[in-house]
Amino acid sequence: MMEYTSKQLEKWDKKITDIAKSEGLDWYPQEYEICNYEDMICYEAYVGMPSHYSHWSYGKAYERKKTLYRYNLEGLPYEMVINSNPCIAYLMRDNTLLLQILTMAHVYGHNDFFKNNRLFAEGTKADYTIEMFKNHADRIRNYIEDPTIGYEKVERILDAAHAIRYHTRRFIGLKELSREEKKKRMLDKYYDDLKSTGPLDDKKEITFPCINKIPLEPTDDIMSFLIEYSDLKNWEKDIIHIVNEETKYFIPQIETKIMNEGWASHWHYKILSQLELPQGLYMEFLNRHNQIIRPFYGRINPYYLGFKIFEDIEKKYGKEKIFEVRRLERDQSFIRKYFTEELAVEMNIFQYNKKGNNYIIEEIADKKGWKKLRDTLANTVGIGGIPYIKVEEILPRNKSLVLIHEYDGRELELNYAYETLKYLVDLWGRKVLLKTTVNNSQKTIVCNDDKTITMTGG
Amino acid sequence: MAVFREFDSRGRDRSAEDRFRHRKLVDDSIKKNIGNIIAEESIIGKSKDKKIKIPIKGIKEYRFIYGKNKPGVGSGKGDEKRGDIIGSDEIEKGQDIDQAGNNEGEDIYETEITIEELINYLFDDMDLPYMERKKFHEIESEKKFKRLGYQRKGIKPRLAKKRSVIEKIKREKASKRGKQKASNGDKENEERERFPFKEDDLRYYHLRKDVKRESNAVVICIMDTSGSMNITKKYIARSFFFLLYQFVRLKYLNVKVVFISHSTIAKEVNEDEFFHKGQSGGTYISSGYEKALEIIEKRYNPSVWNVYAFHCSDGDNWREDNEKAVEQAKKLCETCNLFGYGQIVVGGYIPTSSIKSQFIANVNAPNFSVVTISRKEDIIPALKKLLKKEEGLME
Repeated sequence: MMEYTSKQLEKWDKKITDIAKSEGLDWYPQEYEICNYEDMICYEAYVGMPSHYSHWSYGKAYERKKTLYRYNLEGLPYEMVINSNPCIAYLMRDNTLLLQILTMAHVYGHNDFFKNNRLFAEGTKADYTIEMFKNHADRIRNYIEDPTIGYEKVERILDAAHAIRYHTRRFIGLKELSREEKKKRMLDKYYDDLKSTGPLDDKKEITFPCINKIPLEPTDDIMSFLIEYSDLKNWEKDIIHIVNEETKYFIPQIETKIMNEGWASHWHYKILSQLELPQGLYMEFLNRHNQIIRPFYGRINPYYLGFKIFEDIEKKYGKEKIFEVRRLERDQSFIRKYFTEELAVEMNIFQYNKKGNNYIIEEIADKKGWKKLRDTLANTVGIGGIPYIKVEEILPRNKSLVLIHEYDGRELELNYAYETLKYLVDLWGRKVLLKTTVNNSQKTIVCNDDKTITMTGG
Repeated sequence: MAVFREFDSRGRDRSAEDRFRHRKLVDDSIKKNIGNIIAEESIIGKSKDKKIKIPIKGIKEYRFIYGKNKPGVGSGKGDEKRGDIIGSDEIEKGQDIDQAGNNEGEDIYETEITIEELINYLFDDMDLPYMERKKFHEIESEKKFKRLGYQRKGIKPRLAKKRSVIEKIKREKASKRGKQKASNGDKENEERERFPFKEDDLRYYHLRKDVKRESNAVVICIMDTSGSMNITKKYIARSFFFLLYQFVRLKYLNVKVVFISHSTIAKEVNEDEFFHKGQSGGTYISSGYEKALEIIEKRYNPSVWNVYAFHCSDGDNWREDNEKAVEQAKKLCETCNLFGYGQIVVGGYIPTSSIKSQFIANVNAPNFSVVTISRKEDIIPALKKLLKKEEGLME
């Protein structure tokens, strides 16, 4: 039984948007879908996109979420918001009236963030979101229905593409030079170096750059590299392209989780405080809000951290500053610039690492330690939680693919690395090598074309 | 002004297809690992109704993730000090599935399954080969798997595909009719939409116990228990026969099973002794075959009985017995519908005088079949190969 009417929702929506407008929020047109509990699980499993293409991993996600909720191991989110224009949000029918009000206010925060944050504005095309997912699903369906391709072959490529889906261009807004431009730059540098060596300088060895190497410089965009240089068929490349497009769509969300949730929480709190809620609803609001931004022991609650940082920035630098921050930053820079010693102390942040079977506290929030905490946090949030791996070269001899893991102290989980390399062999069709660091020494993991794995030193 | 919509899935179950596929992959992984599961020491010799818990690893989505030396940051209570050991539980419990899915946490499904079900998984499509109608149908056998009607719930192997399609079509028609009424027969919208299966469409065969006369059959299990059969080999042999025995018991309720263990001499033993007692001594393979032939002659006249004989040994026969063993094997082939020999080879040592090569060279009967088993994972493929109906029997 719903404890509210849609008229009521409309009335509250009007009040919310009036306040949001006066506060300066700027959003895409908003659409709400009221759905039940099972639909919500489904939306979650399909990353908010019911028109998403089919793959067993979404079936797995669905079953997993359902099990977790059934045994109360995880709560169902009250809402889900899609970065699209118009912005779509799902509200659960069983929510109380207050939860719907709070969620709607929260959603306007996300909506504003989608429309204005640099990563979203530059990295995604919100006008075409829905069409993009639908178009992808149609293309995949066509390949499945093509009698010369079929389900299993499509699945094989999807499995492999999913395994390396996050190995695409990480940074939004960097201009990628074309191969010709890079080549020219390398040659220019070479000739400049030659010229600048005067007769009195020490003789320097200036080597001619290898301008035939593929790629010229190591690239983190393994997905696009495979599309360009592998022997895959066109439909296979198209599937990789589809997966890559989807990752590009999600990278801004991965990169701004803390800011995005912090921003939305900041605004639901501000808006609901001004809504003149009746007593009963007001108590429930405080209760829910405290639930949402409570700290999680041993990990970071992005709602909590983001809320606290925005609150701190506004207190120190004023309201305009928070709007500027939400436009320009991503989690990494947000934390680097605005996470302070006082916040670290207030939230009792600590850093731990696993030694043997134990987790040991390495740093705590004090004069000496807080910067380390901040840097670790900044380096591990968002895409920083995913190993940074680049294509180094194609060996001219046998066309083996050489990858390099940019080691920063964190080691790869080897079993996962082996299995992922096998997927890469599926796509590359030949031997794949990965240079990495294991137990502080340089190793190369080799996955042969028959998918046997060996590891050599150096 | 925001738009509010009621979401209506129109009975469509979006994730059904992907859930189904995921289940199938899990099923496949059960089947792949079933060799390990079923050949566990603890299972051998247990009754078929015994429930066992087996952990099944979820289908993992591999990608590059961090393993060792991955520092984490989190909120604490305020009393943390450097060097404190914190409970690994609390952290692990807290590890969330972050947006990148960057979590190596194992998904383990624990399934409870009876040995009977396991065997069904394994041998659902297998039968004793070369079964012939013999003169007298002495035994009124109760053959288990008679399909009789349909039901809505069931296990995957019993999915009635055709029936399920019919159910789906029915629902599709009904839904179309409903829509037509609603849109007053608007022909424009009659393009073919995808109309996927729903759980409700699926039908499974209902199985009835069915009393039916069946050809008489006897399975003779001959196992080498000599000294050269070390613990590993004995264990493999026992697992092999255990599975064979379960298979026969499940498929053919009244098939007789005879157990013979031999070293240099052979004797008929009961089930318990066969699976649980050890022996030692030299090896005369012929002794086991002689015993089998003797039992057949006394109790199971081949004109009335379908006879199946299986022998497991490491092939390390005493040389003076080889010729005799080959002779007896030929005789067994003449009397039996099928004679299967499983050679157990563990480790690098393969006796040069292995009886297997003798058999292959000298026994040319079409109903003679040889397999090699070297690890417990081989047992099931070997059994399947032996039971594969009338095709590729020779190795």
